Amino acid sequence: MKKLKSSLTNMLVVLTVITIVAAGVLASVNAVTAPQIKKINEENLAAGIKAVMGSDDIQVSDPWEVDAFTAYDINDKQGNLLGKAVVTTENGFGGPLKVLVGFNTDGDILGYTVLEHAETPGLGAKAGEWFQDKIIGMNPGTNNFTVSKDGGEVDAITASTITSRAFLRAIQNAYDKIIAGQDVTSGATQQASAADMGTPDVIE
Amino acid sequence: MNNFKVLVNGIIKENPTFVLLLGMCPTLGTTSSAINGMSMGLATMCVLILSNLIIASIKKLIPDAVRIPSYIVVIASLVTVLQMVIKAYAPDIDKSLGLFIPLIVVNCIILGRAESFAAKNGPIASIFDGIGIGLGFTIALTCLGAVRELLGTGAIFGFTLWGENYGMLMFVLAPGAFLALGYLIVLFNKITKKA
Repeated sequence: MKKLKSSLTNMLVVLTVITIVAAGVLASVNAVTAPQIKKINEENLAAGIKAVMGSDDIQVSDPWEVDAFTAYDINDKQGNLLGKAVVTTENGFGGPLKVLVGFNTDGDILGYTVLEHAETPGLGAKAGEWFQDKIIGMNPGTNNFTVSKDGGEVDAITASTITSRAFLRAIQNAYDKIIAGQDVTSGATQQASAADMGTPDVIE
Repeated sequence: MNNFKVLVNGIIKENPTFVLLLGMCPTLGTTSSAINGMSMGLATMCVLILSNLIIASIKKLIPDAVRIPSYIVVIASLVTVLQMVIKAYAPDIDKSLGLFIPLIVVNCIILGRAESFAAKNGPIASIFDGIGIGLGFTIALTCLGAVRELLGTGAIFGFTLWGENYGMLMFVLAPGAFLALGYLIVLFNKITKKA
């Protein structure tokens, strides 16, 4: 077979056919894979929530959204409120830093997991493990939730102060917006005022 | 050229990283550790083999004047399909490779091989060229990643050799990528030119 000539008709027909075929292939693959991808994302989120709440026996509410935050009310199997899990995003060193963090009803941090990040490997990328033994049990409302360089109580990742600040800010914002702002317990208003007074403005 | 020669040609004589200096963006950007470099190389190889095969099969149907847009559509569709399939059926691979797959579209190695090899040779030879160039790219990126990881953090493939307290942080960051790549090219030339 001879190669097609570069005439106007040939070019138009070939390009049109190629793009139509490509679009068709993409649409059909998407139709097959989209439900599966959605299912996997939901499973990952459910596993993440269990991990940050430190418990398997939980019921997760439908998500509710405040500004850029997505929050889930977490109850145990008997229906007692355990706390909240919040998805929070902040600009890190290399791009958005997305963290899932679990609070108990007092606003103490139960656990966290980094959902998405683009931090430097070997440096900021260590955020997933680094803070595990440092911030769990802390309360962004009462503890000074900034890096020690800024006068706070948390040790920053060595040589990754920007990532550390972004990470702490993400959790602080989640606390301010979701935990302190909501009347979940009788102590909510106290916590809110503590958050206002005790937290220096971390945005430089 | 027989198929075996095509394969070796891609790894040594026309090594995309050390000789052709193609695809420098992913080379410098993703090689902060050995495993990252290898992942990027393997993902690229996968796309390269498929794109070479498809383009070699349909090359007669594509008029010369519109070949570049046609190739780009084929390559971009291929990468998107691959990304969706991996996300849906291999979430573990997606966790380690997911970040790199969209980057493959802009890798000039793929278009370069489509243009310089697949458009002139048959489908079978083009598959071998894809494997050869892909392996060459993977080996180069793994070496570069290993060197940077070792000098920067004192570990290799995640196994600590002498601890990161003795690492030179610079090699994990961008300047170290240029330095390490430069020295590796010197070394590669030294070895291949003599033989």
